Amino acid sequence: MRSSLRSPLGRAIGLGSAKEGVEHWWWQRISSIALVPLSLWFVISVIRLAGADLETVVNWLDNPVPAVLFVLLIAATFYHGALGLQVVIEDYVENESAKLAALIVMKLAAFLLAALGIFSVLKLAFVS
Amino acid sequence: MASDPRPLSPHLQVYRWQLTSVLSILHRVTGVALTVGTILLVWWLVSAANGPDSFEAAQGFLGSPIGLLLLFGWSVALFYHLCNGIRHLWWDTGSGLDLPSVYASGWAVLAGTAILTIVAWIAGLASWGL
Repeated sequence: MRSSLRSPLGRAIGLGSAKEGVEHWWWQRISSIALVPLSLWFVISVIRLAGADLETVVNWLDNPVPAVLFVLLIAATFYHGALGLQVVIEDYVENESAKLAALIVMKLAAFLLAALGIFSVLKLAFVS
Repeated sequence: MASDPRPLSPHLQVYRWQLTSVLSILHRVTGVALTVGTILLVWWLVSAANGPDSFEAAQGFLGSPIGLLLLFGWSVALFYHLCNGIRHLWWDTGSGLDLPSVYASGWAVLAGTAILTIVAWIAGLASWGL
């Protein structure tokens, strides 16, 4: 019995998977692995900054490490969040036009929010 | 989708909930809530970048009862999604997929969420000076 569903001819001439099509699944995992340490770092930072004034926040982001980690956190969060919301929209919005519109609005909103967040971090990092 | 009027699966009126399905839907619910909650984070950052006055207003709102409630909900959702996300990554290796393991890791996720939330809020309130 063959251990594969693919035909011997298909294997011989290299037909079959285009090695694509799992990007969504794969990048959801990559971004989630990145977000495990990033989100724990974020929680610890928020705890340390509880009730802080702006000067304290600016002094904190003056250091390259928190500034870069914060930018990466925002990028990974919105990327991961957009991938997740995409699946939710695809699952629950049945009308094709509404689905497309919802996906476009969601993705553009994710870009807008990520850009606002990253620019704000950079402004705080460079202002001092 | 104009298809036959077939019953919805799972049949929600008679469906018996179990830990596995509840944790699964909670992963999606907390994921959506966290993504929507990032608006709060971006608003805080933009307020800080706008200057001391708007930053004071943002800090004041986050320290108000409504702000603290939002932060508490956001922290629970984050810790749950983080713990259950690690459970998913573990499953992706092909491990822990038998029924006893799935239940054990499910209870571990709930315990981890509770412990992380309590520890974070004790530390956060202490740092805030309460």
